[in-house]
Amino acid sequence: MNWLERPATDTQITHRARLWLYAAAVLVMLLLVLPTLLVIPMSFSASQYLEFPPREWSLRWYRSYFSSNSWMQATATSLKAGLLTAILATPLATMAAYGLHVSRLRYANWLSMLLLAPIVVPVILIGIGVFYAYVKLKLVNSMLGLVLAHSMLAIPVVMLVVGSALKTFDMDQELVARSLGASRIRAFLLVTLPQIKFSVVTGAVLAFLTSFDEIIVALFISGGANSTLTRNMFNALRDQVDPTIAAISTLIVAVTSLLLVFTQFGSRTHRQ
Amino acid sequence: MKDPANALALRRSARWERLGLLGLVAPALLLITLTMLLPVGWLFYLSVLSDAGDWSLEHYRRMWEQPSYGRTFLATFEVSALTTAICILLGYPLAYFLSEIPKRAANLCMIAVLLPLWTSLLVRTYAWLVLLQRRGLINSWGIELGLWDEPLALVHNLAGTLIGMVHVMLPFLVLPLYSAMRAIDRNYLRAAANLGASPLRSFWLVFFPLAMPGLATGALIVFILCLGFYVTPAVLGGGKVIMVSSRIASDIEIFFNWGAASALGVVLLALTAALIVAASRLVRIDGVVGRHEAP
Repeated sequence: MNWLERPATDTQITHRARLWLYAAAVLVMLLLVLPTLLVIPMSFSASQYLEFPPREWSLRWYRSYFSSNSWMQATATSLKAGLLTAILATPLATMAAYGLHVSRLRYANWLSMLLLAPIVVPVILIGIGVFYAYVKLKLVNSMLGLVLAHSMLAIPVVMLVVGSALKTFDMDQELVARSLGASRIRAFLLVTLPQIKFSVVTGAVLAFLTSFDEIIVALFISGGANSTLTRNMFNALRDQVDPTIAAISTLIVAVTSLLLVFTQFGSRTHRQ
Repeated sequence: MKDPANALALRRSARWERLGLLGLVAPALLLITLTMLLPVGWLFYLSVLSDAGDWSLEHYRRMWEQPSYGRTFLATFEVSALTTAICILLGYPLAYFLSEIPKRAANLCMIAVLLPLWTSLLVRTYAWLVLLQRRGLINSWGIELGLWDEPLALVHNLAGTLIGMVHVMLPFLVLPLYSAMRAIDRNYLRAAANLGASPLRSFWLVFFPLAMPGLATGALIVFILCLGFYVTPAVLGGGKVIMVSSRIASDIEIFFNWGAASALGVVLLALTAALIVAASRLVRIDGVVGRHEAP
């Protein structure tokens, strides 16, 4: 029997009647995925106009990236800011998520709303607000300022991830540990933390990515030797289509995918 | 037998413990207060000061009186509404398809929806810039296939902005819509068919209303995120699409006019907050925000 004539649902709609739906869905999925994937082969093109498929393959744009001092410095800044943000935001957010989860205070809801505010308030407003404060505090163009601002943006993200892990964690286990004489901190470190550690690691990775991908706040408060990679890319994009950015984009996609595959893989093996 | 002194001590220690737990929240709260709540609060204050430093609503009045501000807000709403509409047009069939196929296959297809969320916003915007430029892939393929003769202006205008924004926003529509559709009990559709409804009729009278909360959530999230959008319009709009965010940025970068920028920001925040409150009346949003982090 032909697959097309078979019913697709039990209300007797055949696959043939659904072909338009399949076509539409596949088209939209391609639309979502292809643009980013196309940049990867195009970055190996020798031409200024980034053809696809490239008529001539070359590493020209990668060479131009790795041999440029300003791109290298910006990359170092972004990596450093991302790492420091993950180091600062992850423990703060984990502590906050735990505190909010365990304390059944009436105003815990209000507190969590304040802590989640950075993902609700338009980023442009945060950007100019931080800029204004940093001008007064002389923190503009400093690594410290960048890391503090990015941690503020990353804390809600980590909190959501760790918070949802705590919701599925059986807190009675901690109670058992404490009734056996463990202090609260010991119980958390030895019983709870090992069981939510993959969410904490995922949170840390997302904190890194939040900082690494962040553009708007960095546009205002980073500069000079501490200018971030995304800030330089953004400024280069406003002027012309610099093919070097195709090479950088490919590298960013590669690193991001590796990080996420790593966390996904980690959580999967953990569950088994 | 309970000893009252003991009970008192227990209660006191419980209170101390609760305070200690609250102390865990303090560092994060302090950081957010110092780098966000206070600075944004300060902007509120700046927005009600005149250039001379007195209390005044002149920045808000100017916003009301100068037609250029009206145009900015109109453009923002227009771009946001169009983006939301196109997202619904593209996202509805996709979400419907995902909810109808077996769960295993749907999870696999979900990668297509989640991959863009994980990819850097700037990388995706750059990809569109490369594809849409005059000598880019879309134009050269379109001409080769004979669809059009001259290179079309697809970027540095409204069209480019919309294409880029739809690409960024689509997952935010599909995720809540898909989970709402997945939760619909298909027995209702069987019942409708059993009672003689045509497939179209049972979709329209049974499925569509049941999926409505998901659609409303997704559309509102997309619309709210669009209102404050900056990067994609700045790169793909080429200065022709001036949204509120771009206006705020240029007020600061070019004119150093903190009052005007702050007033615009306050209005933008108020609009966002009003929409969020309206949305939370309609549907629960908090379940949606965290979902795309952990598929």
